[in-house]
Amino acid sequence: MDPTSAKMIGAGLAAIGVAGAGVGIGNIFATLVSSIARNPAARDQVFGIGMLGFALTEAVALYALLIAFLVLYAV
Amino acid sequence: MADQGLAGADEARARAGDARVGKKLAAEVSPPLEQFVVKPLVPIHIGGLDLSYTNAALLMTIVVALIMVLLLVPTRRAALVPTRLQSVAELAYEFVANMVRENVGHDGFEYFPLVFSIFMFILFANFIGLIPYSFTITGQIAVTFGLAIFVFVLVTIIGVVRHGFHFLHLFFPPGAPVFMAPVLVPIEIISYLSRPVSLGIRLFANMMAGHTMMAVFAGFTITLGLFGFLPIAINVAMFALEIIVCALQAYVFTILTCLYLRDAIHLH
Repeated sequence: MDPTSAKMIGAGLAAIGVAGAGVGIGNIFATLVSSIARNPAARDQVFGIGMLGFALTEAVALYALLIAFLVLYAV
Repeated sequence: MADQGLAGADEARARAGDARVGKKLAAEVSPPLEQFVVKPLVPIHIGGLDLSYTNAALLMTIVVALIMVLLLVPTRRAALVPTRLQSVAELAYEFVANMVRENVGHDGFEYFPLVFSIFMFILFANFIGLIPYSFTITGQIAVTFGLAIFVFVLVTIIGVVRHGFHFLHLFFPPGAPVFMAPVLVPIEIISYLSRPVSLGIRLFANMMAGHTMMAVFAGFTITLGLFGFLPIAINVAMFALEIIVCALQAYVFTILTCLYLRDAIHLH
């Protein structure tokens, strides 16, 4: 296998990790919607916490994406 | 037979088109990671040390200057009814002050200047990095990890000075049975030590992966169809996402700093 195609395959494999973060972000927003639906008064408080959770989870997706980009362009 | 010949010709033409597109891409689009290269602007070498004034240093200077202009100019002649610039400064102040009050508590308010400086620096650095052809200093792991290590060491020092040996209680959750200590204490210590790593790498990875992603998608604009309308629309959406991420990551870094401060001050 020549290095270029190995690079492509490696980057593709690294990007699989984004799937987990997708599940996580979906989970966060599903819970956020249902908790706001149950108690609309708590919206302001819950929204901030939800955004924090979203940012923390999205960071995990970006770790995987970062590795993919590094494999593609930097190595 | 004739069909096959036609198909073969089509295929060959398609391949030639691919090659042409590929060559065009390579010629016009610079590599996506090039935007993170630190270039010396004013070379300064003292002894064996490279103390050059780089584009990163220039951007840091601009960030600090902008923050000082925003905060000092309108508050020099502060009025009860604020001007526009003054209300921006007051908004930022109130936002961080509320964050500190809610997450650290009133006895932690003496650390407000630190938290406010960290927030404003990261926010401005992130936003200035979004301007095309500028430079993202928070996309350098040296910058983000430096900030994270600073926060970590400071929080540890605050905890030790305030509580002395009691600071070690942080590593054993109250109410847990004593025989669980051999399991819990190493886990807590590892999670404590991994704080600066996750704090620094989170900001760095967000900025770097986000900007690389934008560069890669901008490279698609030339080749993808509908005279570039669809790719431009996608790029605008990506840019909007990136703006949200910039603000959110500054917020996350600051609020985690607040939570670590609370741990050090109140021990659980």
